[in-house]
Amino acid sequence: MSAAQALAVDCRDVVKGFGSGEARVMALRGVTLQVNTGEMTLLVGPSGCGKTTLISAIAGMLTPDSGGIRVFGEDLERMSRRKLTAFRAGTVGFVFQQFNLLPALTCVENASIPLRVLGRPAGEANRRAAELLDRLGMAQHRDRFPGDLSGGQQQRVAIARALVHDPRLVVCDEPTASLDAANGQAAMALLRELAMKDGRAVIVVTHDERIYRFADRIAHMADGHIENVSDLETAAA
Amino acid sequence: MAVVALRMLFGDRAKYFGLVLGVAFATLLVTQQGGMFVGLMTRTASVIADIREADIWVMDPQAKYVDTVRAMRDTELPRVRGVEGVAWAVPLFKTSAPVKTLDGRIDNAMVLGVDDASLIGLPRIILLGRPEDLRRPDAIAIDQAGYIRLWPGEPLRLGRELELNDHRAVIVAITQASPAFSANIVIHAPYSRAVTFLPQGRNTLSFVLARAAPGHTPGEVAKAISARTGLQALSSADFRWKTIAFYLANTGIPISFGLVIVLGVFVGIAVVGLTFNTFVAENIRQYGALKAMGLSDLRLTGLVLLQGAVVGLVGYGIGLGLAAMFFNFATQPPGALRGFNLPWWVAAGDAGLTALIVLLAMFASLRRVLVLDPAIVFRS
Ligand SMILES: Nc1ncnc2c1ncn2[C@@H]1O[C@H](COP(=O)(O)OP(=O)(O)OP(=O)(O)O)[C@@H](O)[C@H]1O
Ligand SMILES: [Mg+2]
Repeated sequence: MSAAQALAVDCRDVVKGFGSGEARVMALRGVTLQVNTGEMTLLVGPSGCGKTTLISAIAGMLTPDSGGIRVFGEDLERMSRRKLTAFRAGTVGFVFQQFNLLPALTCVENASIPLRVLGRPAGEANRRAAELLDRLGMAQHRDRFPGDLSGGQQQRVAIARALVHDPRLVVCDEPTASLDAANGQAAMALLRELAMKDGRAVIVVTHDERIYRFADRIAHMADGHIENVSDLETAAA
Repeated sequence: MAVVALRMLFGDRAKYFGLVLGVAFATLLVTQQGGMFVGLMTRTASVIADIREADIWVMDPQAKYVDTVRAMRDTELPRVRGVEGVAWAVPLFKTSAPVKTLDGRIDNAMVLGVDDASLIGLPRIILLGRPEDLRRPDAIAIDQAGYIRLWPGEPLRLGRELELNDHRAVIVAITQASPAFSANIVIHAPYSRAVTFLPQGRNTLSFVLARAAPGHTPGEVAKAISARTGLQALSSADFRWKTIAFYLANTGIPISFGLVIVLGVFVGIAVVGLTFNTFVAENIRQYGALKAMGLSDLRLTGLVLLQGAVVGLVGYGIGLGLAAMFFNFATQPPGALRGFNLPWWVAAGDAGLTALIVLLAMFASLRRVLVLDPAIVFRS
């Protein structure tokens, strides 16, 4: 681990179950995983193995039954609800498989939401969002509505939204699953280019083997725990 | 973030209109019916309100409201005049009688016999004719709306004749009396003529109208009159309320209007509640995404309440506008609804009711948003 590679995420023995009694499902059965800053970590594994549950917990949206999660040195389980909400707003950027853009807002407005959540003035928020959309090649679509865009274009708006407030941790759940191969590659390239700055970390949940080449490390999950983590020497730049 | 909430709301045109229409409909129903109800109740006591010169009404001790009167002996008038604090007192004869035009049209009139000398009780607004002419033989005054009922479409004209309880009567004045609750036509005549036209048995003195002398309140003078004469004496204000209270307690009017108003409120809650619930359900992922991105429950509640407030305000405005238009057009004199209006406090009360409707309607939706697990945004 180099000096620049501090620990971004440190999961220790994280357990999470859903439901109770007969119907109880153990989604995480003791996950231990470390994610370094300056790296893109892919989380892969069969359907239902707990990937989404794990990143939900890391992003502060789900409280584990036991075990600890520390993000940039802060214990999530020690945070109040209010602090967790503030943590999500200030520290985490999200990219969802379903994009989850607000259809009534233009692309710029959608991309500006995290800044508005943080209380920035609308003008400043829109300006930053527009800059980012320009860098994502969406300059001419800024003022259009998500419903008028292709899936690949919508995902670029979603990426802009995830990055607009300069979050230190970006979590993506199946960001390429709704995209064709070319658009998937493009989205990953953009994510790498824009999100991978010093002191930041990106976690990507995926089934898509074609994007493995963008990863610095790949964590393989099965049945609620991490099976192994492989370092990739030659991540695409 | 307010912009986001509003864009979400306006972005769904169909539901936005549904919500606004629901509120507007409830507002229209409540304010229109509320105004009608208040107007009707006020009308029950319009005779009392109209005679502004008098501030005390004296009547038989059994009288419960202005339309049931057992006449008193004529000797009660000087007794009332003799009570300390009474500036003046005049007789008032009140009854109802059939009227017939020469061409055979028949209707029912409220007939008021007013003091021969002072004519106190005659409406202040005389559209045509002179009050003095009432002293001519067979002379009466009729209200404009009554005239139009008897001779529809014809211009107002003095000198016309009609039959009042088989006595010939000549119209010498046309007045603008407030509509009476119990009759379509209001006729005024001097007391002495009215009682001969419409014999009511031995006693003819329906009311004594009195005025408190300067330095005395109507209430205390009324008390003194009661004490001295054993009659029922009330200040005009008290008698108005007594009459209104009688109609409230003894007729189905409050219940039927109340039912429509309650219905309006419930329909409002149902329409707005169901529509808003669908709106929230369809946007649940959007609320979830906002939550995931770190929008606090407090601010999220604020967004939902803002959406509700906009719906409430716009709907209330439209509903109130429609109700105001109704009262503006439908109550032009001499129509049957003349004098009805939309009191400001009915509109204000409905504003409170609208807020309640919107809040109740949003309750379920708000709960849904608050318990929403932001992790749903990761589910497909
Ligand atoms: N809210 C929940 N309530 C009940 N069970 C849940 C819930 N969330 C997840 N599970 C269960 O936990 C297990 C892990 O789910 P999770 O969504 O984390 O898997 P995943 O690896 O993301 O799968 P996929 O690749 O299909 O997205 C599954 O068996 C799932 O049914
Ligand atoms: Mg998943």
